Amino acid sequence: MQHDDVIWDLIGNKSFCSYKVKTKTQQFCRNEYNITGLCNRSSCPLANSQYATVREEKGLCYLYMKVIERAAFPARMWEKVKLDRNYAKALEQIDENLIYWPRFIRHKCKQRLTKITQYLIRIRKLTLKRQRKLVPLSRKVERREKRREEKALIAAQLENAIEKELLDRLKQGTYGDIYNFPIHAFDKAMEKQEEETESEEEEEEDEEESGTREFVAEEEFEESDLSDFEDMNNLKGSSDEEEDAEEQSSEEEETEEELEEEKTKAKSKGKTPLKGPVRKKRAYVEIEYEQETEPAQKSKAT
Amino acid sequence: MDVTTSESVSKKKGKTKKLKQKIKTDEAPVQEMEQAEIEVTENKSESGACFPPTFSVSEIKNKQRRHAMFLKLKEEKRKAPPKEVPKTIENQRIYDETTVNPEDEEVAFDEGTDEFSAYFNRLTNPKVLITTSDRPRGRTVRFCEQLATMIPHAHVYYRRGLALKRVIPQCISRGFTYLMVINEDRKVPNGLVLCHLPDGPTAHFKVSSVRLRKEMKRRGKDPTEHVPEVILNNFTTRLGHSIGRMFAALFPHDPQFVGRQVATFHNQRDFIFFRFHRYIFKNEKKVGIQELGPRFTLKLRSLQKGTFDSKFGEYEWVHKRHEMDSSRRKFHL
Repeated sequence: MQHDDVIWDLIGNKSFCSYKVKTKTQQFCRNEYNITGLCNRSSCPLANSQYATVREEKGLCYLYMKVIERAAFPARMWEKVKLDRNYAKALEQIDENLIYWPRFIRHKCKQRLTKITQYLIRIRKLTLKRQRKLVPLSRKVERREKRREEKALIAAQLENAIEKELLDRLKQGTYGDIYNFPIHAFDKAMEKQEEETESEEEEEEDEEESGTREFVAEEEFEESDLSDFEDMNNLKGSSDEEEDAEEQSSEEEETEEELEEEKTKAKSKGKTPLKGPVRKKRAYVEIEYEQETEPAQKSKAT
Repeated sequence: MDVTTSESVSKKKGKTKKLKQKIKTDEAPVQEMEQAEIEVTENKSESGACFPPTFSVSEIKNKQRRHAMFLKLKEEKRKAPPKEVPKTIENQRIYDETTVNPEDEEVAFDEGTDEFSAYFNRLTNPKVLITTSDRPRGRTVRFCEQLATMIPHAHVYYRRGLALKRVIPQCISRGFTYLMVINEDRKVPNGLVLCHLPDGPTAHFKVSSVRLRKEMKRRGKDPTEHVPEVILNNFTTRLGHSIGRMFAALFPHDPQFVGRQVATFHNQRDFIFFRFHRYIFKNEKKVGIQELGPRFTLKLRSLQKGTFDSKFGEYEWVHKRHEMDSSRRKFHL
């Protein structure tokens, strides 16, 4: 027969047992048939001839009882009784099977059964709810994605793209009449009136030539041959105003009209700001004149 | 040809020195002409035929011919080579056969009859429900709130552990057109499920680089209630088109230009960058933009037909890393 005390002396407190797990304050028993999980004299399945546990397999609870007569056949030592799914009935079954057994074991078996049923209920409840699926992240992939995102952000040039899109929308007219940059309409009107006044002014052109030739030519020179003239200083005073006025006009993007405006500015000489009606009366410049006067100017300079 | 030149050379050698010079001058032009002719013919023949790669000018024994070749090469180098277009990833992108041609009729027909056609035909107005995954943390909550201010007709609801499959019929009954679920991981939003409601597609995105309003530099004031405009950039393929329409349907049809707000979804290399700006036109050539609002980037993970059903849904497109990420020049949106 088994000598429980001897066995306990050998494996119990302060001795080696392979199922024993020692922590700072307590000792645990890893034996699967242990009823409480602690390493105690009364809980050790090896050191007690009369022993029983409740274990759960695949949602069903079983009562295991140790039959010490079969200690020589460890594989057949534990007897298994299937317990009812109903908690109350299972308790009765335990009582029935462990009828003359020590109180401690009966009590602990029932406690264990209670715990098991509770956690089974919780499992069932949780499976009905949504499960959080944990997806593992690959660090390498995450790093790669992050880098690609940064590069894509740089390549995207978001502000430029957005500004371009907005300007395109403005040009297409999706904004309707909200914004007052009616350049195209205005310029079209300008062109029409140019054509009208052209015929009138062809006669006047000769007169204007002599008066304005110098101014027009100078402005042309500023644009191209700034450094070439000794008399630039003299010319600069008058030309500065014209340059500023030119810059304003260039924003409005009409190259045809630039020359026209130059002439008008030349005439106004910065005294009056450019006005629409003033513009219209002026003839527009023909490039021929400037070219003719170029060599003349040069000779004058030298 | 060689025979004649050798003959001329030999002729040169035969004459006296005095004569040589005269003759040289006489013959030189003649020779040059000959050689020019020869060279012309040679050029013609040789421009057709390639030189062997190890050929260099110095191997020609004849001095004048060598000199002429050298001058020719030098002149070719002097002419500026045409400016090369730098290769970019966008240039080198592998052509995707599902790229949509603007005049494609089939695509136009599909888009006329798909799930967004109701929106694009102005039958429905968007109404968005924004929620999160369980137990959201501060950042996610603030992100949801900010999203709700940006998207008109958006409502934030706290998710009380409800299953999406149960939420969706309730949303439909209350007239929502969109369901947006922001998934959270470690106190930071990292996923977005965008579900078009009556029976629309469900898109699942990975969210990254979320910047809330107070973290933005030089930002403007809070967005107003005006309906913003929408800009969708670079959605070229069929898949990109459908995603673009999904985003477009989030916002009501008629943007209020008075508000001067614009929401941009810009696709670059399969990353969708979202920005929210306020713009002002300084003149017709310049516009100033000021960023309000949160910004984030999205990357499409999957597009599923029908409403959210991860197990039994029919997936139109799923990002498969090993297949799709193997080439750096292949993009799907």
